[in-house]
Amino acid sequence: MFEFLLRMGDNTLVLGHRVSEWCGHAPVLEEDIALANISLDLIGQTRLWLGLAGEVEGQGRDADALAFRRDVWDFRNLLICERPNRDFGHTLMRQFLFDLWHFERLSDLSLSVDDRIAGIAAKCVKEADYHLERSKDLIVRLGDGTVESHSKMQTALTALWPYIGEMFTDDALDAKMADAGIAPLPSSQHVRFHKALNETLAAATLMRPTNDFAQMGGRSGTHTEDLGHMLATMQFLQRAYPDARW
Amino acid sequence: MYAQEVKSTGLVVKPLDEMSDEERAFQVRIDAGEKIEPKDWMPDGYRKNLVRQISQHGHSEVVGQLPEGNWITRAPTLERKAILLAKVQDEAGHGLYLYSAAETLGVSRADLIDDLLSGKAKYSSIFNYPTLNWADMGAVGWLVDGAAIVNQVALQRTSYGPYSRAMVRICKEESFHARQGFDIMMKMTSGTAAQKAMAQDALNRLWWPALMMFGPPDADSVHSAQSMAWKIKIMTNDEGRQKFVDQTMPQIEYLGLEVPDSTAKLNPETGHYDFSDPDWAEFFEVLKGNGPCNVDRLRARNIAHDKGAWFRDGLMAYAEKRKIAAE
Repeated sequence: MFEFLLRMGDNTLVLGHRVSEWCGHAPVLEEDIALANISLDLIGQTRLWLGLAGEVEGQGRDADALAFRRDVWDFRNLLICERPNRDFGHTLMRQFLFDLWHFERLSDLSLSVDDRIAGIAAKCVKEADYHLERSKDLIVRLGDGTVESHSKMQTALTALWPYIGEMFTDDALDAKMADAGIAPLPSSQHVRFHKALNETLAAATLMRPTNDFAQMGGRSGTHTEDLGHMLATMQFLQRAYPDARW
Repeated sequence: MYAQEVKSTGLVVKPLDEMSDEERAFQVRIDAGEKIEPKDWMPDGYRKNLVRQISQHGHSEVVGQLPEGNWITRAPTLERKAILLAKVQDEAGHGLYLYSAAETLGVSRADLIDDLLSGKAKYSSIFNYPTLNWADMGAVGWLVDGAAIVNQVALQRTSYGPYSRAMVRICKEESFHARQGFDIMMKMTSGTAAQKAMAQDALNRLWWPALMMFGPPDADSVHSAQSMAWKIKIMTNDEGRQKFVDQTMPQIEYLGLEVPDSTAKLNPETGHYDFSDPDWAEFFEVLKGNGPCNVDRLRARNIAHDKGAWFRDGLMAYAEKRKIAAE
């Protein structure tokens, strides 16, 4: 259960951090506001998931201890969440693909037999619904905008495509969670995800990449090089001043 | 956040009997405390001065995201990160209200932003100073937003309706910002030796720039009389500065910090704090573009704008396609 909660909380922590890197640097003021808002939601969700993870673990670690005092190999997020911002197209495409998965995942989890998980998921799914509505809308408009915006979005889709497969690959922990009625298998979302994805890509005039190779490892602690750099920044104060309270 | 008045209209206030009928009627309305609305007649000088002041204020909010954004990725707890994100999001929102208020005076946001990016338009000098340790996030909220509130509370009474209404809303959020800043300072000053040192360092660096936010001494800004008569400016630079020092000195004492001004102390005769002038030569250098961060701040805004062109163009093109399809 602890590990499962880390998977949920680390996704929102890592992606929330990535989105917050845009602060003050977005293409237009409205996007600065929207990105801060999304990041804020994701950090809020992190506090719920990691807070519960700390409780379940029972070793006195709270959400901050889990966020700021673990090293890379203990993180359980999907690799797509840690992919760098690159340009705004990558950031939006990453957000859209995550939102599409996240919304479905949270919808399922809101039916969990574990009331605590169902409660958190029911709260977070409302935010995820809004995030998805926004990111889907932008993907369509930019995909079907200018030649340049279309090309940027297509490039981003191709670059992020190998990180989708990990979302739907089941492992032993997933099987245990499914057997216990806590969370359905990730693979059970696969068809719904791709159906919705195809609809949006068609509206956006974007081509679905044909390569089905999937980069794996995030959910078991083998990450990309980028996560270590992110943690070096994010955890700096807690690591440099371990006795301080903030 | 607030853009300080550096250069005012340069106009001398005319006595009522030397005004045209329109000017006189306008001044009578202002004197009676009425709000001027976008479609009302107004003197050119009033309009120009307001556009400059409101847009500088808007630019300050937008550039003001950067010094705090500098620490969002290093915020030490999830709660602090969330609070800082919410605060910076508010600042960007203030930028939007203010640009919208300026647009009611017949200018376009795109032109205002071009003036910011080219360096023609100014923003508050405070944002040309760096944020170097975590306590700066406390000191910025406490001192910078604290100083801004002194001006902005007064500006709620400004004569121009849209600006006044924007100020009402902005002030509510700014007082939350100042409180969260003070909360960080309390945590830092009651923390470890290293945290106390960070808090003192932040105060040492930001105290003087915060005093500069009110603009040059009244004796050197003789042109503000017209702005005061038009109620574009509600209090003088020195009045605002004194009010800020009076409210902040007891807080510095409460925190157990030392103000970096050996002359600052309560004057029992006046009931106000005496204090020294900031280095005005430094202030004018910062305005000229020679502050520690002027180049970096403007560069960051220009990069964001240039790299975002395809995004804005893409959205416009899509909207245009939909419009044509609907016709």
